[in-house]
Amino acid sequence: MRLYGTFSGTLVVAGLAIIFTLLAPSIFEFFTIITLTQVIGLSILALSLALVWGFGGILCFGQSAFFGIGAYAYSVAAVNIGGSTGAIFIAILAAAIFAAILGYFVFYGKVSDVYLAVITLTVSLILYSLMRRTSGPEYKIGKALLGGFNGTGSPPLNVPGNGSAMLFPMQTFYVSMAVLITAYVFTGWLVTTKFGRVCVSIRENDVRTELLGYDTRLYKLGLFSISAGIAGLGGVFFCIGVTRVTPDVFSLGQSALAIIWVIVGGRMTLIGPILATFVLYFLTSSLGSQQVFNANLVLGIILVIFVLLVPNGVVPTIAGWFERRRTKRYIRQKERRMKLRKHRATG
Amino acid sequence: MARREVVLETRNLSMHFGGVRAVDNVDFELREKELRCLIGPNGAGKSTFFKCLTGQLTPTSGDVVIRDIPMTGREPHAIAGLGVGIKTQVPNLFDGLSAYENLWLSARRWHGDKRASQLVKETIERLELGEIRSATVGSLAHGQRQMVELGMVVAAEPWLVLLDEPAAGMTDEETYKTAELVREINKTSALIVVEHDMNFIRAISDIVTLFHQGSIFMEDTMDVISADPRAREIYLGHKS
Amino acid sequence: MDLFFSLALQILYGIANLALISLGLAIVFGMMRVINLAHGEFLMLGGYTVVVATNNGVNIWFAMLILAPLVVGIIGLIVERCLIQWLYGRMIDTLLATWGLSLLFIGIITSVFGASTSTVISPPLGAVTIGDYTSSGYELFLIFVVIVLLILVYLTLKFTSLGLVARATMQNADMAACLGISTSRIYMVTFSLGAAVSGLAGGLLAPITGVLPNIGVIYIAKAFITVISGGSAILAGTTSASVLLGGVNGIMSYVTGPTFGEVALLFTAIILLRLMPTGITGRFFRKSQ
Repeated sequence: MRLYGTFSGTLVVAGLAIIFTLLAPSIFEFFTIITLTQVIGLSILALSLALVWGFGGILCFGQSAFFGIGAYAYSVAAVNIGGSTGAIFIAILAAAIFAAILGYFVFYGKVSDVYLAVITLTVSLILYSLMRRTSGPEYKIGKALLGGFNGTGSPPLNVPGNGSAMLFPMQTFYVSMAVLITAYVFTGWLVTTKFGRVCVSIRENDVRTELLGYDTRLYKLGLFSISAGIAGLGGVFFCIGVTRVTPDVFSLGQSALAIIWVIVGGRMTLIGPILATFVLYFLTSSLGSQQVFNANLVLGIILVIFVLLVPNGVVPTIAGWFERRRTKRYIRQKERRMKLRKHRATG
Repeated sequence: MARREVVLETRNLSMHFGGVRAVDNVDFELREKELRCLIGPNGAGKSTFFKCLTGQLTPTSGDVVIRDIPMTGREPHAIAGLGVGIKTQVPNLFDGLSAYENLWLSARRWHGDKRASQLVKETIERLELGEIRSATVGSLAHGQRQMVELGMVVAAEPWLVLLDEPAAGMTDEETYKTAELVREINKTSALIVVEHDMNFIRAISDIVTLFHQGSIFMEDTMDVISADPRAREIYLGHKS
Repeated sequence: MDLFFSLALQILYGIANLALISLGLAIVFGMMRVINLAHGEFLMLGGYTVVVATNNGVNIWFAMLILAPLVVGIIGLIVERCLIQWLYGRMIDTLLATWGLSLLFIGIITSVFGASTSTVISPPLGAVTIGDYTSSGYELFLIFVVIVLLILVYLTLKFTSLGLVARATMQNADMAACLGISTSRIYMVTFSLGAAVSGLAGGLLAPITGVLPNIGVIYIAKAFITVISGGSAILAGTTSASVLLGGVNGIMSYVTGPTFGEVALLFTAIILLRLMPTGITGRFFRKSQ
């Protein structure tokens, strides 16, 4: 039975993820669990890019822009509202609406792929520049000081409805894993819907899709906004994990990382980029702050090797390898059967 | 016998590229369930005219009216959205998807999941695409790709079909099948077919429109046109 | 009047600066439609070449004008042979691979020289006074160099056989190949020359910006945006985009301060791309080189 690439496959992975979540506290150190929340946030960013780029074919260099907007929106909203639940929804909406406006500008103007990638990167850089300049007491939204290049604090999650009942780190971990799994299943489902299939066809051949009567601009806009919302959600959990959000979320480095995770993990899959985020994060942090084999060096080598040699990423390459073995075995069996039949016919 | 109503017309349609008048003040009419072929030598303006009809080009001046709705310069998806099936000159397919998925995307535009799947099944049977239904379209031969694209057009159950060189690159057998298919489509839809293959044209059409240097030179049956000395001169060197 | 001149000079320098950092990238983009995201690092390497050379007693002018372009040109040659040539036609893949290369270079330089040592060398020309205002003599020199460079590139393209062959390959690579031109060699030479120009630019700017491993990151964003906005014609594109974006940046910086000047530059680029998706020269100067 073919599991790879189907919704049943998505559910199987989700099931494994649930098991992982329940077992994690017994396997990992407490400190690792605390760090995981921010990595989960980053992996949601990777998921959003896998959706819009892998399935939609829309390369977005500046996906970190929506990630950062989500993080800032959550932090500012949570401080002002006094609770986290509403703030999360505000963050997702803020990212999605921003993307919708930008996307309208871009898709209805029929700008081509490469230039869209540039524009989103430019927007991310603008936000980086702007947010760095917001030090000083006059830069605030409501009760929240924007804080310039030091950024602003991000309130932790609290029990919905009860603003003063903060969640413990272990509980925050459970919540963030639950959110990740939900986002993953949602995305997996989205790809199987008519909307998702049309988005894939737009990636394959934009003109043909239009000639079939689909308004491709609308579909691209929709996918772009949804993935931005997911990226914003990632930003929320990232800043909760770090307890702070700084303009670095908008930096060139953050944008590059998102792309790297998706390439390494596998552009055409959803689970690949998520796993790649975890692996690369722990790889780079285990390198520590030593400068000889520093993070840039390692990431650079990885990116170059992957683009040249493993362009599809790890997960599809491995899945493809299994697929080929199965096909070879199937062909061998068929040949054997045919020989047997021949034998019987002549003998 | 009452004349059938006009389903597509152009008035004073012109398309200029710089100084070149690719389409020059063309008045054209197509009636309900009519099958019209557009013929003419290379550079006569047939394909440019065709693209003005599909929305792939915005005409410099003039009007395109479909079922009394002005559609001049509208986007292709709006025109296709009226129920018009379109097949372009170069096969325009989803190369990375299977033949089944290609057809499904077409049918799904107009119907829900169940009806779409059913329509796709019917189309596959009708066009004898059963063997290649799961094949990745990019790996198919040219003639097969053309067939799949015709299937996509048919699966949407259009009332007007625009085909640009449907028989190009096909074997004799495939051309024969395509002609049959076009005649069958004509039972329920009007058609405009741009073609070069004379045998194919004779097999399918009544009235033929001959383009020359951006305008309509003659509009009559194939027999009358091939007997006309001026028309033959335009086609000098072509088999007729 | 003096203020006007001083301001005009400042804006002119901003334009020249943008053109200087973008020219190398434009040469490569115009020829091969390759967007080399490691371009910023070529600039950085040029700067490090100058710093290392001068620290070892080499004359600064020699280091900036001869050594830096030579060293980075050779690095560019190696990069083209080992990486870029496998990725022609694959624009997105080239983008990603060169981004990886950029990280790699930053990583290597950090390993060798350390991350935080910002080595500063002083500009070899002093201040110049215009009435009440002092302008940097070195900035004037740079404006002069940029103009000379642009003229040199123009002359090379227009009047040398290399230039003719290059233009032919740019316009129709298949046809050029049919005429017996080794497009592979042209690409190799062009990429190396583009790298050399970038090395030169980085070397010249080293006294002004200082050298850090990640200084390329600042360059690449601006250069990238300038080249894309300019379109595929090397000279007309770079010049027109630099004038427009540099001008906006300069004026806005004067009016509202440097940060909003930067923001204005980026904003203008977005609007420009929306209006002219193939860049300025894609829309207007179709026939220029």
